[in-house]
Amino acid sequence: MSAATGTPAPRRMTYREACKQAIRAAILADPRVFLMGEDVARYGGCYAVTKGLAAELGEARIRDTPLSENGYVGAGIGAAIAGMRPIVEIMTVNFSLLALDQIVNSAATIPHMSGGQFAVPLVIRMATGAGLQLAAQHSHSLEGWYAHVPGLKILAPATVEDARHMLQPALDDPNPVLIFEHVMLYNREDELEPSITGVDIVSAKIRRPGRDITLVTHGGMLFKTLEAAAVLHEEGIEAEVIDLRVLRPLDMATILGSVARTRRVVIVDEGWKSGSLSAEVAARIADEAFYELDAPIRRVCSREVPIPYSAHLEKAALPQTPAIVAMARGLVKGG
Amino acid sequence: MNDKVHLDHEHVRDLLTAMLRIRRFEEKCFELYQSEKIRGFMHLYDGEEAVSVGVIEALEPKDAIVATYREHGQALARGIEMNALMAELYGKQEGCCRGRGGSMHVFDRATRFYGGNAIVGGGLPLAVGTALGDKMLGRSAITACFFGDGAVDEGSFHESMNLASLWKLPVLFVCENNLYSMGMALERAEAETHIARKAAGYSVASAAVDGMDVVAVEVAARRAIAQIHATSTPYLLECQTYRFRAHSMFDAQLYRTKPEIETWRKKDPVRQLQAWLEQSGMLHADEITGIEADIAAEVGAAVAFAEAGTWEPVEELERFTIMDRVPQ
Repeated sequence: MSAATGTPAPRRMTYREACKQAIRAAILADPRVFLMGEDVARYGGCYAVTKGLAAELGEARIRDTPLSENGYVGAGIGAAIAGMRPIVEIMTVNFSLLALDQIVNSAATIPHMSGGQFAVPLVIRMATGAGLQLAAQHSHSLEGWYAHVPGLKILAPATVEDARHMLQPALDDPNPVLIFEHVMLYNREDELEPSITGVDIVSAKIRRPGRDITLVTHGGMLFKTLEAAAVLHEEGIEAEVIDLRVLRPLDMATILGSVARTRRVVIVDEGWKSGSLSAEVAARIADEAFYELDAPIRRVCSREVPIPYSAHLEKAALPQTPAIVAMARGLVKGG
Repeated sequence: MNDKVHLDHEHVRDLLTAMLRIRRFEEKCFELYQSEKIRGFMHLYDGEEAVSVGVIEALEPKDAIVATYREHGQALARGIEMNALMAELYGKQEGCCRGRGGSMHVFDRATRFYGGNAIVGGGLPLAVGTALGDKMLGRSAITACFFGDGAVDEGSFHESMNLASLWKLPVLFVCENNLYSMGMALERAEAETHIARKAAGYSVASAAVDGMDVVAVEVAARRAIAQIHATSTPYLLECQTYRFRAHSMFDAQLYRTKPEIETWRKKDPVRQLQAWLEQSGMLHADEITGIEADIAAEVGAAVAFAEAGTWEPVEELERFTIMDRVPQ
């Protein structure tokens, strides 16, 4: 508490801690909410998000599962239909492919296929992205695949505030919501304003305003993109940075509004280019704002390779700040 | 929990009626498919009626059901109105799923009927979940999960058996072993063809039963459900059955012989029960004629209902893709 104002002071915490507090608060607030996944209870979560929660909340509400992704994700769907509000944690997006059947064939279809008789109010959280030298089976960014599927909502909290506050509206939503947490964000720290109690899960956010070019990004790429914007500022280029936050449905109004002002856009996405979320954003801008543009739509994405182990190769495979700067500079100066 | 089956007049009449309703309904479906009133994939249950009727007879209204794409039998036995089911097969909005699901995706909120799943093995994890949800919410309901022998090939069978056992969940796993997963014979797909035995690997109790004998199925199901309630553990019931017709409407049946089919037809669950009831004097021929007439009228009415049904407006195509609330 601040003695001068009587209002709680901002608290500094990590993204990991924010995820944990969000889960704890949701479970304490609603007896229907529980979390299950591999090593979430006694181990404390493979990224230590749920460390200590089982001791406080019990192993029925923080439930360890066997290594059966398709089984326990399906069980989460069934429990949601039966009236619970499960949070299912999958260690990484690569492992979620073992549950792709249940996510795409059941969770996403049952409401529509049943003629609206059943909703699937389920939250699935998972880590995504590269940067820890975990090689090709733990490092991919496949959130764009899920954003392809009607019936799902896809969130990518990048900030501590979003990590803390996007879970509750996701649980309140009657649809299956997938939350992607980039592995390089867990240790990031920021101030969390106690006065903020809720944030939406519908809109993109302008994280840095600028007049010369729009940089559209999400998740783990947000901070490299903000770094790029800072470098560009030194060069006299004012970049506007949009954090998508919600990958499905896309908040095109925010993107198009920005592009209408800046007339130039670069999309920064850790996913691959081919058949990707960045391709979708680019196509929609081309569809809806072609005549607003003064330059071609450009993308900075991962190289089209499985993410390698070796640090220098991993770094080379991923979008880096200098590449974002160069792409933006080229569009502004050359365009 | 009553695990006894009293074979009084009313009960045997109900069993025969339930099986005949499915048989006659599907005979009409076959005709309607030929005349292109019904399209898409349609999988008939001819020969397997005793399984759904016997098991569902042992369920209570509070219990949940998860079924497969061959689920007309379960739907009718559970009490989904024949009109709504036929309209669904027609693709009309008066269908139980507004015509969005069709033959393979029957859902019904009122009877806790959770599909109609056309991914082989896809329903098993869902059944684990409904049982988990019921248990966490303090309900005493069980989930009956129907699946075929082909689902046993899938990882989801093994994951689900383990999860249900590990978490002590009230799931009655009902394997409708009709010996073929589409055209793949059981002995060509499974190293261990005694499906009930697989339960031991997950510390799950199990039994195999003659799935052509509706009374035997009901007795076995009641026994299994009593054990589920008494021990808070799942149970695997393997019902050994056979489908007399093709896998779906696109199947030349090159994988099995006519003599094999004829041998199994002699075990027809409907004819077996009917013959036994007539011979034992429990049901007179007149009464059966009356049952048949009632069913014929019901099927006729269902066809008329479906014919008179309407198409969901195309403007509603996207409705329910994203829900605005959880239906209560």
